[in-house]
Amino acid sequence: MAVPAGSPQLSPGHPTPRGVAQARGLFDREILAQAALGAFKKLDPRLQVKNPVMFVVLVGTVVTFVEAVGHPGVFSWSITIWLFLTVVFANFAEAMAEGRGKAQAETLRRMRAETEARRLRPDGSEELVAAAALAKGDLVVCEAGDLIPSDGEITEGVASVDESAITGESAPVIRESGGDRSAVTGGTKVLSDRILVRITAERGQTFMDRMIGLVEGADRQKTPNEIALTILLAALTIVFLPVVVVLQPFGRYAGASVSVVVLVALLVCLIPTTIGALLSAIGIAGMDRLVQRNVLAMSGRAVEAAGDVQTLLLDKTGTITFGNRMASAFVPVGGRMEEDLAEAAQLASLADETPEGRSIVVLAKQRFSIRERDPGGRREFIPFSATTRMSGLDVDGRRIRKGAADAVCRWVTEQGGVVPAGLGQIVEQISRAGSTPLVVADGAEILGAIELKDVVKQGIRERFEQLRAVGIRTVMITGDNPLTAATIAQEAGVDDYLAEATPEAKMDLIRAEQEGGRLVAMSGDGTNDAPALAQADVGVAMNTGTTAAKEAGNMVDLDSNPTKLIDIVEVGKQLLITRGSLTTFSIANDVAKYFAIIPALFVTTYPQLNTLNIMKLHSPQSAVLSAVIFNALVIIALIPLALRGVRFRPASAPSILRRNVWIYGVGGVVVPFIFIKLIDLFLTAVRWY
Amino acid sequence: MLVNLRRSVVLSVLFLAICGLAYPLAGTGLSQLLFHHQANGSLTPYGSTLIGQTWQGPEWFQGRPDGTVLTTGPGGVVVSGTNQPGPRSKSLEQAVARQAAALKKEGVVPTNDLVTTSGSLVDPDISPADAYAQVDAVAAARGLPIAAVRRLVSSHIHTKELGFLGEDYVDVLELNVALGHLH
Amino acid sequence: MGFFWTIVVLVILLGVSWRYLGSYMAAVYEGRVRYLWWVERPIYRVLGVDPEAEQSWQRYAGALVVFSGVAILVTYLLLRVQGLLPLDPQHLGAVSPALSWNTAVSFATNTNWQNYAGESTMSYLSQMVALAVQQFVSASVGIAVAVALVRGFARKSSPTVGNFWVDLVRGVLYILLPIAFSAGLVFVGQGAVQTLAGPVTTHNALTGAKQVIPRGPVGFMEAIKELGTNGGGFFNANGAHPFEDPTALTQFLSVFLVLAIPFSLTYTFGKMVGNRRQGVALAAAMVIIFGTWVGFTSYAESQPNPAVAAAHAVSQPQGNMVGKEVRFGPLSTSLYNVASTQTSTGSVSGANDSFTPMGGFGLLTGMMLGEVTPGGVGSGLYTILLFALVAVFLGGLMVGRTPEYLGKKIQAREVKLAALGVLVMPVTVLVLTAIAVSIHAGRAGPGNAGPHGFTEILYAFTSQANNNGSAFAGLNGNTAFYNVAGSIAMLLGRFAIIVPVLALAGVLAAKSVVPAGLGTFRTDTPLFTGLLVAVILIVGGLTFFPAVSLGPVVEALSHGRLF
Repeated sequence: MAVPAGSPQLSPGHPTPRGVAQARGLFDREILAQAALGAFKKLDPRLQVKNPVMFVVLVGTVVTFVEAVGHPGVFSWSITIWLFLTVVFANFAEAMAEGRGKAQAETLRRMRAETEARRLRPDGSEELVAAAALAKGDLVVCEAGDLIPSDGEITEGVASVDESAITGESAPVIRESGGDRSAVTGGTKVLSDRILVRITAERGQTFMDRMIGLVEGADRQKTPNEIALTILLAALTIVFLPVVVVLQPFGRYAGASVSVVVLVALLVCLIPTTIGALLSAIGIAGMDRLVQRNVLAMSGRAVEAAGDVQTLLLDKTGTITFGNRMASAFVPVGGRMEEDLAEAAQLASLADETPEGRSIVVLAKQRFSIRERDPGGRREFIPFSATTRMSGLDVDGRRIRKGAADAVCRWVTEQGGVVPAGLGQIVEQISRAGSTPLVVADGAEILGAIELKDVVKQGIRERFEQLRAVGIRTVMITGDNPLTAATIAQEAGVDDYLAEATPEAKMDLIRAEQEGGRLVAMSGDGTNDAPALAQADVGVAMNTGTTAAKEAGNMVDLDSNPTKLIDIVEVGKQLLITRGSLTTFSIANDVAKYFAIIPALFVTTYPQLNTLNIMKLHSPQSAVLSAVIFNALVIIALIPLALRGVRFRPASAPSILRRNVWIYGVGGVVVPFIFIKLIDLFLTAVRWY
Repeated sequence: MLVNLRRSVVLSVLFLAICGLAYPLAGTGLSQLLFHHQANGSLTPYGSTLIGQTWQGPEWFQGRPDGTVLTTGPGGVVVSGTNQPGPRSKSLEQAVARQAAALKKEGVVPTNDLVTTSGSLVDPDISPADAYAQVDAVAAARGLPIAAVRRLVSSHIHTKELGFLGEDYVDVLELNVALGHLH
Repeated sequence: MGFFWTIVVLVILLGVSWRYLGSYMAAVYEGRVRYLWWVERPIYRVLGVDPEAEQSWQRYAGALVVFSGVAILVTYLLLRVQGLLPLDPQHLGAVSPALSWNTAVSFATNTNWQNYAGESTMSYLSQMVALAVQQFVSASVGIAVAVALVRGFARKSSPTVGNFWVDLVRGVLYILLPIAFSAGLVFVGQGAVQTLAGPVTTHNALTGAKQVIPRGPVGFMEAIKELGTNGGGFFNANGAHPFEDPTALTQFLSVFLVLAIPFSLTYTFGKMVGNRRQGVALAAAMVIIFGTWVGFTSYAESQPNPAVAAAHAVSQPQGNMVGKEVRFGPLSTSLYNVASTQTSTGSVSGANDSFTPMGGFGLLTGMMLGEVTPGGVGSGLYTILLFALVAVFLGGLMVGRTPEYLGKKIQAREVKLAALGVLVMPVTVLVLTAIAVSIHAGRAGPGNAGPHGFTEILYAFTSQANNNGSAFAGLNGNTAFYNVAGSIAMLLGRFAIIVPVLALAGVLAAKSVVPAGLGTFRTDTPLFTGLLVAVILIVGGLTFFPAVSLGPVVEALSHGRLF
């Protein structure tokens, strides 16, 4: 498991924007200007008809326009203009959301300069072709300084690659043929060496192409919940049509003449325009928020599924613990001094550049101020090998070794040494604590053991507690033995663990969870993760991973940070909460609008209905206009909320619901009463009538 | 589809036999056996105690003015519940005013029950208060002591069923029959 | 004080029946009680039905629709040939085609809207074999649909929702017949008539006055009329007639009977889905709305009648007595009529039309909420479950999960069916009312002028589209237009909801179950009950606010004005 440089980022609220995800302010001037233009471009009825709610408003606007032309008056023109603005505001909201994505796509396009590729002919000679002309299966050569022309797999060679164009991470990464580090992405730059790359992407289907498409929202498809919500909104719109239309005959029966303009105004106020206007903006913004966290979701469906996830499979290494174990204690054996042990261990580790080795040196310095030094004399470093399972140092006849307990013991015995009686117990204790023992020997003498501890990331426990609060079970996946796994699981506070995990065991676990009806999210990077990534409902592939992994998953994390899963789940939830809350708000608003418009509608026939004018609006006309203006302005007022999303705090469902019902349900009833009254006061003050 | 049709017809016939014949006929048989008086309409030589009548003149206790609007159907049967004036109808106001005037002319104090028609139009009862309100007029018309008539009323009050259901009432037929026998 | 105890005793009785009738009904539909197997088995054999074989929702719905069609047809024919059949002591002859049609549809859809006066139109045989039979059968059909939907929730990945024929037969045999028969005896014991002997002519020995009093097999029809939330009375005055509801005791029994099954079905629901608290949450929503409406309406009726007050002839110490029986008084009558309008029963203990404007508002709006508090037998449960789905959808989104109810994900298809089921009624009511007030045949109906006339038309279609059957009786409904338009309302209100409900049952039954967790939006909490109440009130309020404000609201606000 590769761990990206830099500290893993744990705080979901403050993503570090990098690379593509250059976060722009919510109201970037450039985006605003483009969105304003887009708002009018979107008036095309062919586009409008896709949103039934706003289409009704557009048709209504045409009707009032005709009425206003036929019977001109301040009132009918005011209503027409504000209805028109309602449509424009809705378009503006969508254009705003898209604009943010478009700006990002623009940045990407600029980076994707037209590249030339050096294609290998079957006979081994090279030819220069445009990157766009490359087909799947072509072999290309890339050398230091070249841009990799398309997505592919390294078939030969090793190179350091600058992937900052995609990830924003400036540190180069190593890519080599074979294994899990062989995938390269079009648009990234080779910094050193020479590689042969087999193209794996079809024309126009490269990762970069898909990325641009995604952030632009070009081929955005409605997600299941969005479809369900659209149906509900359409149903409400359909039912409000007869509710309003029948007022004409009802009014006539009562001897009242009901103006068409007022009826249209009432209809527009009643149908859920607020959510109808903001629905697609919410969806686009949800994807956008993921992009800001450097995650590319291949579909909106996956983002939504993330909100539903009930089981999170997390790799221990890199996600729950730091990628490497660290020395945490020297445990001497058989009356040896701890300091002697530390000194030998430090010597043995001086040349060991692995993180474990470095951590031993650091620990020796911390505990006994043993400085790094040149051991001097004739020295030979013994590197770690899979057969000896030891490493160490031979210096001036001293032979120091550190390594797996059984390997070191055998080595000591071979030299005629004796394994001290206490060692077995020490090794056992360290293992049980979830750590790894390294036994240190100086010649035929065993000095003791070093405890290498898996260090659980700070704050991870709290994160799991939050996840538990929102009903998500965390399962730790590790190759460790059950004893070690159990200890770390307990320390990290995960709900369950899978020890000695094989790809098959992982797959079985996912299937078992899914059969129980739970949605599963996991992350992975290796080719052997691919089946599990495909099986999981949310599979997040690390960008550093293999092409197979990236294709199997439905999201790609550009930072290759496994902790990202948690962020993704929260974005998914936030998306649904925003939709639900604004729908509730939109429907709750209708109460006040009724109280504004109904008395106004029939007050000439039934003056007693003025009792219902509880807001004491100035006149029937100002009442209707105020309601329409409120209805239009509330869209603008809620754009920031739609783009940012309703605040999500990890809590249990009842407490989230209670909060949202109060704010958006009860608030949705109360707020329009206040603002319609204020608008009415304003209209009266400026003597609109 | 065809099998559904066949089953539907057969089951309709079965239900007709079970629910339409067996159930009411068994019920009728048992009722006639156990509750002969009630099952046949709570009849007395003066009429049914459950069906209101029109009582002419101040010598009788007056019931609901249902008779003013009551209609009859085929065979002269009384058709119930045909008059349901709206709460803001002018015709209701006029009917109430007319009835009140008619009662006054006969020397009866108009009260709520006596000027408003019931839902069934055969309401046999009035409230005890509205019966007491008639005591003076009835006693005067019949030359009976007021106290005796008052006692008659109080002895004919049906209190709430089980002590809490519905309202106290006086069955006008029962009261008038007793009145007719009072000397 | 009497009314207070009435409510207390009612609550206790309903609580007991909720628990025991509810669990008994679950046992009936899960096939756990079989003491009438000796009656059942021959029936299944004659029908050629294998009682163990279940049906998909399509087959279930197909059987239901065909059966209801046959029921309408049989009832229609019986009324048309009434004159040829026995037990017609008044020689009433055949019922006219339009009225027969309207009545057949009305009784087969559990509506029991009556464009006729029973005592002058229907022979005893018609009352028994045409009308009372449908009072059993349509009630059992309603419960069957509700049970099928409950099975949809309770089951996991099941292709079937039950067997319509078995559900229908068991509902009649195990639930309706035994309870109705016992209740029938109480009615007769209290004074309801039960005879085939024809009208009786009485002569008052004191005054010489003569009366022809209609009678008939009333008491036992009364029992099923209430128990099956049918509401179609033997006499025109319905439950106000002393031969139907002779005493306040039978009136109270009636209230209990209409509420018993609809309320208890929430327990059945909870039991069948394996979590009784789910049933409590629904029942609580029903109780909250029902209780509010009873309080509101009985308060309105304890106020003076405005037209009577305008005559300045009498004081009205009891409240509005116009159209009410003395033995019941305004409070009990309000309780009865609210219970009847909110259970899709439609029987009356006093004239709805003569209720005060706010009282009438209570009755009308009670139906406009969709007959879910507690609603008709079966129909109340399945309709409130539709509202629950809408509430779950909004609530579920608000907690950030794909909404799920009882572990079933609520997605596009479920939302579509639920929205259809919820919105059929208001659209039907509004469109038909609009047509009625626009054409001459419709405008000729109301017996009152002004907004009250409008209310009468609105009430008629609200009542019929909700399969309630109660009337603001000022409307003359026995015309070609109202007979036909009314039958359309009743058919749509019944089958345009039942078919989506059964489809929903099928879709839900086929789904797997998502296990509940901390992140699940819980539907067995007061919070959900509150949300459900809000959704019911808001859907009803938003769809009917303008119409209602032109009817009872204008009337109520017209202080001191008569029309």
